[in-house]
Amino acid sequence: MEVLDLARWQFGITTVYHFLMVPLTIGLSVLVAGMQTAWVRTGDQRYLKMTKFWGKLLLVNFAMGVVTGIVQEFQFGMNWSAYSRFVGDVFGAPLAMEGLVAFFVESTFLGLWIFGWDKLPKKVHLACAWAYSLATVASAYFILAANSWMQHPVGVEFVDGKPTMNSIWAVLTNNTALAAIPHTLAGAFSVAAAFLVGVAGWQLWRKRSEDDEHRAVWRSSLRLGGWTGVVAFAVLAITGDLQGKLMFEQQPMKMASAEALCHTEKPASFSIIAIGDVRNANCEDVKTFTVPALLSFLAHNDFSTEVKGVENLVTEYQAKYGTHYPDDPQLGSLAGKPIDYVPSLPVTYWGFRAMIGFGAISAGIGVLALWLTRRGRIPGQRWFPWLVLGGIATPFIGNSAGWIFTEMGRQPFVVVPNPTGVDGVWMFTAQAVSKLSTGEVWTSLIALTTVYAVLGVVEVYLMRKYVRGGVDAVMPPKKPASTSENSDSKGGDGDDDALAFAY
Amino acid sequence: MTLETIWFCVIALFWLGYLFLEGFDFGVGMLMPVLAKDNTERRVMVNTIGPVWDGNEVWLIVAGGAMFAAFPGWYASLFSATYLPLLVVLLALIGRGVAFEYRGKVDSDRWRRNWDRVIGIGSWIPPFGVGLLLATTVLGLPLDADGDRVGGPFAALSVETLLGAIAVVGFSLVHGAAFLALKTEGDLRHRARNLATRLLPVALMPLLAFLILVQLRSGDLWTLLLIGVAVIAAVLAWFKIRAGREGQAFAALGGVIAASAVAIFVALYPNVLPSTVDPANTLTIAGEASSPYTLTVMTWVALFGAPAVLIYQGWTYWVFRKRIGTRHIPPVHAP
Repeated sequence: MEVLDLARWQFGITTVYHFLMVPLTIGLSVLVAGMQTAWVRTGDQRYLKMTKFWGKLLLVNFAMGVVTGIVQEFQFGMNWSAYSRFVGDVFGAPLAMEGLVAFFVESTFLGLWIFGWDKLPKKVHLACAWAYSLATVASAYFILAANSWMQHPVGVEFVDGKPTMNSIWAVLTNNTALAAIPHTLAGAFSVAAAFLVGVAGWQLWRKRSEDDEHRAVWRSSLRLGGWTGVVAFAVLAITGDLQGKLMFEQQPMKMASAEALCHTEKPASFSIIAIGDVRNANCEDVKTFTVPALLSFLAHNDFSTEVKGVENLVTEYQAKYGTHYPDDPQLGSLAGKPIDYVPSLPVTYWGFRAMIGFGAISAGIGVLALWLTRRGRIPGQRWFPWLVLGGIATPFIGNSAGWIFTEMGRQPFVVVPNPTGVDGVWMFTAQAVSKLSTGEVWTSLIALTTVYAVLGVVEVYLMRKYVRGGVDAVMPPKKPASTSENSDSKGGDGDDDALAFAY
Repeated sequence: MTLETIWFCVIALFWLGYLFLEGFDFGVGMLMPVLAKDNTERRVMVNTIGPVWDGNEVWLIVAGGAMFAAFPGWYASLFSATYLPLLVVLLALIGRGVAFEYRGKVDSDRWRRNWDRVIGIGSWIPPFGVGLLLATTVLGLPLDADGDRVGGPFAALSVETLLGAIAVVGFSLVHGAAFLALKTEGDLRHRARNLATRLLPVALMPLLAFLILVQLRSGDLWTLLLIGVAVIAAVLAWFKIRAGREGQAFAALGGVIAASAVAIFVALYPNVLPSTVDPANTLTIAGEASSPYTLTVMTWVALFGAPAVLIYQGWTYWVFRKRIGTRHIPPVHAP
């Protein structure tokens, strides 16, 4: 393999892995802040227990999200230095803003939240939870603005052969980003929702026949998760449709590949599922079950418009962006070779379907769980725990599939040309990679993948432990009244309080 | 001052903030096996930095991000040329970050021992690697006309850059010991103070040696002056820590790293990454800076963002200003 392939594998692996942690962190941190708000407002112990239990799981997960995020930032310089030099003027800005405006807030206030129990006034402590959780959302905003610029470069002009930013406002309000952000956030909430439904559902089922003192905790958690999942799915569907329409304009090749639509159709039909090999770009022998005219509607809100197929688009792209790579030794074996404008069809076709399919399954499980727990009911079915625990995986798969589709679908470009923007602001992935030895990239690919795999096992092990431990595992036993009185009389202002959430 | 120069200073400040802040939490990690007698003392040590280490680490991320936004070529050339050392730093930071969070999550000696090892390794390697990177950026790399590295993956390793690496490690050790003396109480505090007193003259030697090297290579009167300030601050720190004035000693050590970092960046100016093969290939502030528009936008962001960061991070240190000791550590509670 060449440096290009290795660097792409590394980017894919580290990004998808990072994105297993991030959505859970985003969704859970907002929900935990909400639980804590409920506790502060009502004083109901159930909400305190919820905050502590889900907060603990949030922390186990957050640590992994942070440390895998550091790699993401430095990876651009390490593996993609030609890309960084070319787009740094515009792409670096949202990245630096994420650090300065969001990430500092996130990590500082998380520290305050973890260690501030009993040290900060209740409301100040709650404000820390909100500062932290809203900063995770802001983080997502800046990163998605940066990514959306790669999908649809705006706010730039050419100065001395380099794209130069002329409007940060355009970059931060890129319509691609404005559609991607609610979609991705909804994806994050569906992950957190499935997690709540899965864990709480299992706890509820496990102690269904006992008189469980924590039943209220699990019921509230499950129902919060269920409703969050339903709302998130609605947002996913609406924003997904918006994104699709934008993408038909901005990256027609990606959408044609998502549908394995070989020939231009008018009206175009939507493929539900395919039998046969979609790998072939002329795909004559693929039978797909289709809904007539639906694709036209998805693309343009109209049942009769034409949708361009892969074959026509290839001709268009060749006319616009050339037929061959430049004969530059930097491009390795691709130098002087014809450019393949068609992304991997099986990946885009099935990635698109997996994203939608698993998202829908996840929402369905949430609805089912809500139905089974309606009006105080406790589910007793033997398949229930399997369903909800298995359900935890579904939005993760949906999210990952969505990202793989988005990123693979823009190949062979790393910066996709903007059909209505400044001419020439685009870059082939092959031109973006650093001049490195394959040995170096192999080393990092293997080292990171190994470390990630080991840590993945540790995280799942810890999560499982805390999930099984339930509320008791996160609520330290109360000190006997007499000793606590003694220490109070000594300490006075409470500075002898044990560090409640301490390491 | 031009916007380019301002951003060069801002980046220097981010690196300084990183060395100062994460410097002491690295030191605490390095000293864990040395200073702590049992698990409770280890937990005291971890908890001295518990609320702040994550926020400290963001200074590195922001330093990197600011280089990307303001001097993309500097960011691209430095980090691709020092690929393997940087990778090792990242791996160490990954391990260390989860180790803090995970070490107390299972009540088993073996579990804690393993994570303590990760904390140890994860606290030695990053200051070493960051020192190496910063020494590389001031001493230069074999760069071709495209800003790419000529030569093998270890082009950044030399006696001089290794000296820079050891300098940061030495500083972090002393800084960590002084911080522990400042933040703990009782026996642990005295041990930390004694160690800091004995360690200080030895551990800061590599930093002095590196500064002299930089002075000889590319120094001027200003750098000489700054090195003088660093030396005075170090002497002051020694007297203060010996006298048990831990807060003042810690602040004086901050002066040491501030003067040193500023000296290094002054010596680097107006370059950002010298080429050791051909001066024509040297990356300069003027040549690598982003467009005036981008720099203006970033300046506004920094103008509002940076003071806010200083205020709320300062508040964190205020909230957790009390010394902690073994009596504050609750019994182990894990599922």
